[in-house]
Amino acid sequence: MDTILQGFGSAFKLIVALDPELLKIIWLSFKVSGAALSLAMLLGLPLGALLALKRLPLRGLLLSLINTGMGLPPVVVGLFVYLLLSRSGPLGFLELLYTPGAMVVAQFILAFPIVVSLSHTAIVNVNPIIKQAAQVLGANPLQEALTVIREARYGIMTGGIAGLGRVTAEVGAVIMVGGNIAGYTRVMTTTIALETDKGNFDLAIALGVILLGLSLLINLAFRAVQRMGRSGSGVVLWD
Amino acid sequence: MGLSLELSQVSKTYNGHVILEDCSWTFEAGFTHVLMGPNGTGKSTLLRICALLEPPDLGKVNYLAGDGRPLSPDLELKRRITLLLPSVGVFNTSVFNNVSYGLKIRGLKHREIEARVEAILEVVGLAGKKRQRALQLSTGQSKRLGLARAMVLEPEVLFLDEPTASIDQENSEIIERIILELQEKKRATIIMVTHDPAQADRLGDRLLLIKDGKLWFR
Repeated sequence: MDTILQGFGSAFKLIVALDPELLKIIWLSFKVSGAALSLAMLLGLPLGALLALKRLPLRGLLLSLINTGMGLPPVVVGLFVYLLLSRSGPLGFLELLYTPGAMVVAQFILAFPIVVSLSHTAIVNVNPIIKQAAQVLGANPLQEALTVIREARYGIMTGGIAGLGRVTAEVGAVIMVGGNIAGYTRVMTTTIALETDKGNFDLAIALGVILLGLSLLINLAFRAVQRMGRSGSGVVLWD
Repeated sequence: MGLSLELSQVSKTYNGHVILEDCSWTFEAGFTHVLMGPNGTGKSTLLRICALLEPPDLGKVNYLAGDGRPLSPDLELKRRITLLLPSVGVFNTSVFNNVSYGLKIRGLKHREIEARVEAILEVVGLAGKKRQRALQLSTGQSKRLGLARAMVLEPEVLFLDEPTASIDQENSEIIERIILELQEKKRATIIMVTHDPAQADRLGDRLLLIKDGKLWFR
């Protein structure tokens, strides 16, 4: 019990003092997860929209695969990314293994199915009357599609937040492909794992507290977005 | 003068059930044509076919310009007509953004959009609610919003599918007044579906009945 209390005390000091090592780890975590999520949104939202709005061949199969991808075990993703990026792998020439780039790739693979699936669901659930309303007001097919996507924005944002939650809490894949190199590929989750192994609980607890705070923020954002979508009382995003 | 519209031998079948059969009629420009008939007799289907939202199985819908020239059913024509849906389909944004939607997609300048939207909101009595979330409006106000959204486009043909259904007397009177103003000032061609015979008498220049899939002039 003393160790835990002492750990919390030291962690509090590290946070208050804005310890440079702590800040560096947090900043890298944000950069890696932010890049992975941005990429997942950039590619996942159009794919989700396409699957929702167009009758594509093999759509059902594709959706089943994507939904399966939502439950991918991170270590399996880590293994495949490792094999792809390792020197003898097909993408070894990129020399990405044990770099933040490899971690972005792994986190992207984890977030992508979530973004696609939740965007697809959000767009499919938009009342068909919205598309008709756009049509009778003179929208062309592209404008109709954009109007429907815009109506689904809260559901799409929920997908983004869920994707962020998935990647920020992830440890298995990034430790395998990033290598947990101090000052280079060490992020919050991998540091917690390492420092706990070493018995150095101060930094581990400090990062754990921050990660928990982040998780709480993500959850609050998640609920706020869902509430806005339900009540139609959110900020006006159309201007 | 607005556009006129010719229906020639229009038929429509859903799942083997004949909804419309051999319907022909000329909706003259500048008049208000009221369609009446029991539920499920194809009034809304006819309206959707006339508004170019779905094609007939047989027959033709031709739009004619003031000089009698036929117009092709392209996006340009579709932007000269509009339909007020029975369920308005309010966008989840502000009242202003709802009403300005059609103008924005037509690429009008912001200043013109602002002026036209404000003017129309004044007409429908929603001027004070410009920045309010449209989903928070009452059913009657939503209907008026739908009417404003259609009218701001200054359509040459306006289709109204039960514009006063399921709203209170006060909102119903406001909507009727707006339709009358539209008739008098803009001389638009109006094609309206209603179940209310008194309303049909008040607003209609031509009264049509749909029964057993056939269109009758009364």
